[in-house]
Amino acid sequence: MTTATLPPSATLTSQSGDSDTQLLEVSMGPQHPSTHGVFRMDVALDGEHVVKLKPIFGYLHRNHEKIAENETYLGSMPYTDRLDYFCSITNNWAYALAVETLAGIVVPERAEYLRVITGELTRLQNHASLVGFLMQDMGASGTPLMYAFREREKILDLFETLTGARMMCNYMRFGGCRCDLPEGWLAQAKQVVDAFPRFLDEFERLLSGNEILMARTQGVGVLSKELAINAGVTGPMLRACGVNYDLRKVDKYGIYDRFNFRVPLGEHGDVYDRYMIRLLEMRESVSILQQAMRDLPEGPFTDPKTKVRNFRPKPGEAYGRIEAPKGELGFYLISDGTPNPYRYRVRPPSLINLTILEDMCLGQNIADVVIILGSVDIVMGEVDR
Amino acid sequence: MLGEGILKGLAETARNFFGSYVSKDRLTTIQFPEERAPRIEASRNFPFLVYDGTDPMAGLRCVSCLICEKECPPKCIFIEKSTDKKPDAVGKPQFYPSKFNIDISVCMSCQICVEVCPFDAIKMDNAFELSATDRFDALLFNKQQLAKPNEYYHEIHPTEAADVDAALAAARAKAAPKPPPPPAPPTTETPAL
Amino acid sequence: MTPDTIDQIFVITKHWLLGYVPSALQPIVSAILSVVPILVLFPLLFAITTVLERKGLGRIQNRYGPNRVGPYGFSQPIADGIKSLTKEDVIPRSADQVVHFLAPLLLVLAAFLGYAILPIGRNMVITNLNAGLLYFFAIGSMVELAVFMAGWSSRSKYSLLGAMRAVAQMISYEIPLVLASVVIIMATGSLSTVAIVEQQAHYTYSLPHWFVFTPWGFAGFLAFMVAATAESNRSPFDLPEGESEIIAGYYIEYSGFKFALFFLGEYLGMFATSGLAITLFLGGWSAPFSFLTWVPSYLWFFAKLLVLICIFIWIRGTLPRLRQDQLMNLAWKFMLPMTLINIFTAALWHFMPAGILRWLACTALLVIPCIALSRGLKQGKKLQVRTYRFAE
Repeated sequence: MTTATLPPSATLTSQSGDSDTQLLEVSMGPQHPSTHGVFRMDVALDGEHVVKLKPIFGYLHRNHEKIAENETYLGSMPYTDRLDYFCSITNNWAYALAVETLAGIVVPERAEYLRVITGELTRLQNHASLVGFLMQDMGASGTPLMYAFREREKILDLFETLTGARMMCNYMRFGGCRCDLPEGWLAQAKQVVDAFPRFLDEFERLLSGNEILMARTQGVGVLSKELAINAGVTGPMLRACGVNYDLRKVDKYGIYDRFNFRVPLGEHGDVYDRYMIRLLEMRESVSILQQAMRDLPEGPFTDPKTKVRNFRPKPGEAYGRIEAPKGELGFYLISDGTPNPYRYRVRPPSLINLTILEDMCLGQNIADVVIILGSVDIVMGEVDR
Repeated sequence: MLGEGILKGLAETARNFFGSYVSKDRLTTIQFPEERAPRIEASRNFPFLVYDGTDPMAGLRCVSCLICEKECPPKCIFIEKSTDKKPDAVGKPQFYPSKFNIDISVCMSCQICVEVCPFDAIKMDNAFELSATDRFDALLFNKQQLAKPNEYYHEIHPTEAADVDAALAAARAKAAPKPPPPPAPPTTETPAL
Repeated sequence: MTPDTIDQIFVITKHWLLGYVPSALQPIVSAILSVVPILVLFPLLFAITTVLERKGLGRIQNRYGPNRVGPYGFSQPIADGIKSLTKEDVIPRSADQVVHFLAPLLLVLAAFLGYAILPIGRNMVITNLNAGLLYFFAIGSMVELAVFMAGWSSRSKYSLLGAMRAVAQMISYEIPLVLASVVIIMATGSLSTVAIVEQQAHYTYSLPHWFVFTPWGFAGFLAFMVAATAESNRSPFDLPEGESEIIAGYYIEYSGFKFALFFLGEYLGMFATSGLAITLFLGGWSAPFSFLTWVPSYLWFFAKLLVLICIFIWIRGTLPRLRQDQLMNLAWKFMLPMTLINIFTAALWHFMPAGILRWLACTALLVIPCIALSRGLKQGKKLQVRTYRFAE
């Protein structure tokens, strides 16, 4: 437990006109119950208001990109699971998309549907846990978190039945998916997805009209449209500011143009908007899932011509990006004809969304810093790689 | 009116409180270790080596091709090839591993070794109560610890094991030495006088 | 054994025991005999409350609470007590040693002193001061001093932040607390808790004369309970011990038994204010219906106390925490005007003749300002439930 020491000399003075008060420097240190992983913020406070905030990360750096230069393309796939460890399937999908663009592999239709189904299930469980964590940071002593996790457990059971592991799924392969659906999986998935809107209604009843929640999140951590676009923010954070940019509609990767879904947009760009946008996105995901499970065709689940061993794409470069639950997740690959990539770069949405944390937090209370951080939706595995 | 949302929230919580005594959906705890969660067939933890028959060493399907060692991403498999040969699962004499070690403190359960093995020799186990008091030696599993019978494989992954058995039976039938042609039937021609 | 004997069993036992003591020592032995049961009983209630809270929160969150230690987990406080006693007592080197040591002691002392005027049963009060309420509120202010001592002496930024927040919060909510009980003083004309309870122990048509059944009493009760939650630093007012932000706030540098003493002090304070709420508004030890008066009075007091504790636990499990400035806004801009209006309403009730008109007038006088003030609170920040548009 890091306790900060008082500054040795009056290096920072208060700006509020009172020249003999010092600013309080607090390090919300790497071990903290609410910083979503090992993340540190050096905050300078004037009373209760934030004057300066410096985020410090890198505590979870694991050399992912360098390891990938010494592994085969397939060997990096399990490592991508561990980037954003909540959403391993969408990480796999982005990487598979990048390699397929690089090598010119075509994915069969059934595999695309399977990818959409598992990807949207991942989005559901990520948004549910995020809203739960946001409530937990606000002090609701874990009740909404437990409800969200109850639903998440059902989805994780689905993943375990399909891929063998709850979180580190390693499900996508270049050209499709690793394995096909077992008996009864579709029926079980339909049950889980059909029960999800009832859970969302319960959640909304518990939280959305709650005056304390509204008072704590409305008008807090406002992000303007221009700043968001200039900083490269993507994902639900961007849509909460009112910018209509969802990669599923812009890039239309995979078969997303076949599904009928809407993109919710916010207006004020505060924490309440981000929370509500995620709830609405969960409802849209449920609709996509129901359509995909209804239309799932028969066929091969992977491209049979793609080699598993000794996979050498032609020399070139490719950038594959998807709308991950946290934002735009992209993989940039440069191949030189050998089985190992020459350069492998991840565009982590959490890191890019984190760069404007200071701008959002200036002038707010220290109690709000934690909530604003929670609404950015970071996972340190992705920020530090 | 101030407090309306709060009252709705309180009603929701009360519903969950009373519901936890009545419905299973609202009390999802499983009291481990007295109760256990139902085993899911596909779940995987660390690899193991399959052997057919009763002798773990003679029935081992692995032919020491070293493919899994090469493809393993964190490089946690260490194999030493033997110098003599023994018949493999299909009947052909092949090399076998004299040493086969997997360091399970490094293994990340990615299942790539299972995917690339051409001989269905290494499969994923789902035993998870593997804690040991030594961080290094006790977590390095050798050939004897990794070898488990085909019946065990049927127990943990029934559908997969059935498919593998069918494929192996087909391969065995193809590889078996062909039976000698039946003797020619006696001709009904009268011998030349 | 008549119901009356069972009701007075403790009083009778005490007088019987005093008979064996020489008359010179009787005052002091009488004091000890009155105080020791409180010193034993309320910490026991604290132990049971910790388990009840954890199990209650667990059930709300779709899980079991502690259920391994003892039958259904009810021996958990023994395990917790042993743990806190055997933990190392870490005192920061730069801390002010004397103040750091005294702070939890002062907290527990102040909390215990508040029980002196609570009537737990008929004729069962430690001392019947005729300025009992005044004594209680004076003692309650000592708690704030103890909290600030704890935060200041720890010489840590987090604890300083927590202590400042705690003191600001507790001072702000003292005023609605006191004003909410002023209506009771007006209605009964006495500051003595025994007299207040005795005035409520009458029945008409088997319904009791509890003050909570009047409009001003109901509003006063709600205000008192909200202020009591804030005074005991419980959710949704637990920003001083805001677990997810500044970890434990003012008691961050305490470990081992002193930490347990802080918890004890906080919960005892909660019981004392709940006990006072029961005394002032819910009729103390009197039964809810006249045909239930055969049940002993102390059982009624503890039953009501348990109900209030369950409501505290329920609210803790549901609501997120309020921020510092919102807390203060609530105290000064909503609670203070409401309690002042409540005083007017109580006076109106007293001077109007009994009947339906009195009820309507008083209810209107309370409800309309409440709605107006709450709109005012929301209006400042333009809080409303929003609807969202979808992209085309």
